[in-house]
Amino acid sequence: MSSATAATMDRPQAEGAKRPILELRNVSISYFVRAGELKVVPNISLTLYEGEALGLVGESGCGKSTVAFAIMKYLGGAGRVTGGEILFEGRDMTKMSEAELRGIRGGRMAMVYQDPMSSLNPVITIGKQLMEVPLIHSNVNEAESYKRAVQMLKEVNLPDPEHIMTRYPHQLSGGQQQRVVIAMALMAEPSLLVMDEPTTGLDVTVEAAVLDLVAQLRKRHNSAIVFISHNLGTVVRICDRIGVMYAGELVEEGPIGEVFRDPRHPYTRGLLNCIPTLNADKRTRPLSAIPGQVPPILDRPKGCIFAPRCPAAVPERCSVAPIPTETYGSSGQHRVKCVRMEELPKHERPGTSAAPANANAAQRHDAVLTLDGLKKTYHQAIGMFGGAGYDVHAVDGIDVAAERAETLAIVGESGCGKSTLAKVLTGIELASSGKVTLAGKDIGNTAVENRDGDTKRAIQMVFQNPESTLNPSHTIGYVMERAISKLKRIGGKAARAQVDDLLRTVNLPLEFANRKSRQLSGGQKQRVAIARALAGEPELILADEPVSALDVSVQAAIINLLVDIQKKRGSTLLFISHDLSVVRYLADHVAVMYLGKVMEYGSVADIFAPPYHPYTEALMSAVPIADPDVKQRRIILEGNVPSPQNRPKGCPFATRCPRKVGSICDDTQPPEQVSESGHRIACHIPMTELASVTQVVF
Amino acid sequence: MLAFLSKRMALLAFTMLVVSALVFAAFEFTPGQVARKVLGPFATQDQVDRLTEELGLNRPVVVRYGEWLGNTLTGDLGYSTLYKTDVNKIIGDRLQNTLLLAGIAFAIIVPLSIILGISAGMKEGSFLDRSISVASIVTTSVPEFASGVFLASIFVIWLGWLPGTSPLDTGTGWSIWQQLVLPVCVMVLYDLGYVVRMVRASMVEVMTRPYIRTAILKGLNFRAVILKHALRNAMIAPFTVILLQLNYLVTGVVVVEAVFAYPGFGRMLLEAALAQDVAVVEAGALFAVLISVFTQIAGDLGYMMLNPRIRFS
Repeated sequence: MSSATAATMDRPQAEGAKRPILELRNVSISYFVRAGELKVVPNISLTLYEGEALGLVGESGCGKSTVAFAIMKYLGGAGRVTGGEILFEGRDMTKMSEAELRGIRGGRMAMVYQDPMSSLNPVITIGKQLMEVPLIHSNVNEAESYKRAVQMLKEVNLPDPEHIMTRYPHQLSGGQQQRVVIAMALMAEPSLLVMDEPTTGLDVTVEAAVLDLVAQLRKRHNSAIVFISHNLGTVVRICDRIGVMYAGELVEEGPIGEVFRDPRHPYTRGLLNCIPTLNADKRTRPLSAIPGQVPPILDRPKGCIFAPRCPAAVPERCSVAPIPTETYGSSGQHRVKCVRMEELPKHERPGTSAAPANANAAQRHDAVLTLDGLKKTYHQAIGMFGGAGYDVHAVDGIDVAAERAETLAIVGESGCGKSTLAKVLTGIELASSGKVTLAGKDIGNTAVENRDGDTKRAIQMVFQNPESTLNPSHTIGYVMERAISKLKRIGGKAARAQVDDLLRTVNLPLEFANRKSRQLSGGQKQRVAIARALAGEPELILADEPVSALDVSVQAAIINLLVDIQKKRGSTLLFISHDLSVVRYLADHVAVMYLGKVMEYGSVADIFAPPYHPYTEALMSAVPIADPDVKQRRIILEGNVPSPQNRPKGCPFATRCPRKVGSICDDTQPPEQVSESGHRIACHIPMTELASVTQVVF
Repeated sequence: MLAFLSKRMALLAFTMLVVSALVFAAFEFTPGQVARKVLGPFATQDQVDRLTEELGLNRPVVVRYGEWLGNTLTGDLGYSTLYKTDVNKIIGDRLQNTLLLAGIAFAIIVPLSIILGISAGMKEGSFLDRSISVASIVTTSVPEFASGVFLASIFVIWLGWLPGTSPLDTGTGWSIWQQLVLPVCVMVLYDLGYVVRMVRASMVEVMTRPYIRTAILKGLNFRAVILKHALRNAMIAPFTVILLQLNYLVTGVVVVEAVFAYPGFGRMLLEAALAQDVAVVEAGALFAVLISVFTQIAGDLGYMMLNPRIRFS
């Protein structure tokens, strides 16, 4: 073994022949908890060659991060590699001493983490944190490591690297922080880079820039990459190969193109079917959610672990013996863990060919909610008495309307004012000026505690995180009954009957009324939250990122539920989201916000086709699409969203706009141009010129 | 920075004014006559009245407070009816004695509690952690008078290595340093456990942070991870608590001073209060406020130094 290792290490690299950097051979990983041994990853094998990028995808809890940390041999106190070999450059990591591991970590093998803010030490300057790496691994002096750190910051496209070196992490934006983490990982020229959800939590334009950077650096440094993500789109942008994980098993693996064009495992197909894409909406195709839930780790089904949820499962073949992983097709690189992989029909990617239907141009309904020049300004005090200070225009003059039985989506990146808007609508904050008319009543200046019962009933919310929305000490039935009795003034039997109705509406079994929220899964909790919002039969449901904390299969089910409820009940939905694909799928009208202003407003068909506002165009080009055959124009946005203190005098987007006309953009507020269909764009570029670009996604 | 300090100083002056007025008022409403306390139970009423007149105590409280305030501003803290001398003369000595005791105790408590707290918190649940945690609970839960008597019975009565009282008087045949050992030990034992637990809790928290994982996966050894990445973060939360101990050590050591007959500030305040010696109590209160405000300022400044997120916001 050791002589073989030495041989692989010493052998000069043959031209063209790639040598494996990382090999996992029948690796099993367990967590040891009070309940016993949790076999999180029962058996996984994979090989990564020099300079290659492998994406590991799957829903939460499928073991992808566990694999990532096992590769670094860092599983915390409770985790352990219980079997198999992890060969890194030919040497088995599981047999290395702490000192040997230290030599590799951060040097030959480095990691980029989710949530860069908390991964950087808050009390040490960026420079010192970067310089540590060459000081440990490259045996160089302070001056040399300083030079290398500055050089590396330049490579990750950070402006003014010398200045960044002296900064502390909290003084940088999220995107800059992640660039620093990437720079830190690349400092010692590692041969393997493990990236664990590196863009999760970043805004979509920042995500796009970071992904571009990774793709660029990959070419330059020739590091192999293990790229962990729950977002198939990001994997398509970065990786050569993809591995799909389900419940700790690698169910399908192969080159991106082969797997996406001809997925052979039903779980892969299920995943692809439940992702909304930028070029399909609720009129052209429904999303299909994967039924059921991931089985508990302690109670794995016999045979195929996906069989209980699989539409193609044949019990006598699938649930008898362990399923082997076999290669599929002629390339020899596509491996699938499914007994029926050869016989499944060719997978049709739904919707990709369908042209966006222009169905909603038809009839206009009366408006349930109208915002007229709505403004919300906060005064930011400076100093002891707050006399000096500046105003933050969180929402700066918004005119939009939500029509009955339709979905109005508010979309934008963090800091665009969409959450402030929700606060004003619900009466948590008061409007500074302008009008909010809900069902004929002006409510913009009535705080929620002063609103009458009917107004409170008329507007109900669904929040992002169902975990923290439901009171854990109450039963689901009680939560809903209380909402009914408070909002509709009905009690007793009548209220209980309505609880059953609501549970049926959100497709939950009636016995859930007796359960408490901790006994429910995330998706079920969100269904309860939706049912609770429906209790008072509101005029308007305000849904603030209701699906962004959910896994894709659950997300699809919730989106379908919302569409369904709207069809049946004629509910009006104000849908706040940062996710353009979901918005594209769900919305009838869309308002794109940037720094408190609506940059573009129109029907979903108008928004997702030229003419585009340059900001909308950039947003669309940034969305990672889970289809290697869809082409997308790339527009890179430079810089960050300006801080509220020095927002541009003219167009708020002028500082980053790739189509900036000239000084007029900086100095003059852009006019709002309106088309016949009611499509509004606030831009100095004439509508006809904006219309002359091609589709972003084609 | 200048604005911060001037704001704090204004607050300090205001606090001292309020405290002095409250102390004056409290004494006004306490039953019993000062002159009676001074002269004892066998003095005639006539003598008491005469002394009251002599001390000016028959004037309205506002006048007396105004007079005291005026004198204090010129640096004259008044006349002690208990010690029969100017307050300026005794308070300096007493304060010095207490600061000596508190200073030594503080100088031991701070490094020791950091070392113990960090070693306990760096590996939660380890043998070292459990031993230190149990020891801290035990020492903290034994009251000072108990541990004072306990230590005295070992080192004074049984072994005879140390003196049982500490009047800071070399005439007893013991050096000043020998006299300081037991009072310092009692204070350290009582206070250390509390601070250790604060530091430990903070360290345990810090060790679960993702930046510690980053440091480990950079290839740093455990020692560097602790010293370079964890230590400073772990000190941010307990820092103010540590400085607050200085307050306790200076003003809250009445028990220790009483047990060892130590001529300190706390005992002086106690005796003066019992004798209704308003001038001494006022002076004592002012110094207590002064010390607590200064430790707070030091705490805030140190906190800013440790935590760049505060410094730049």
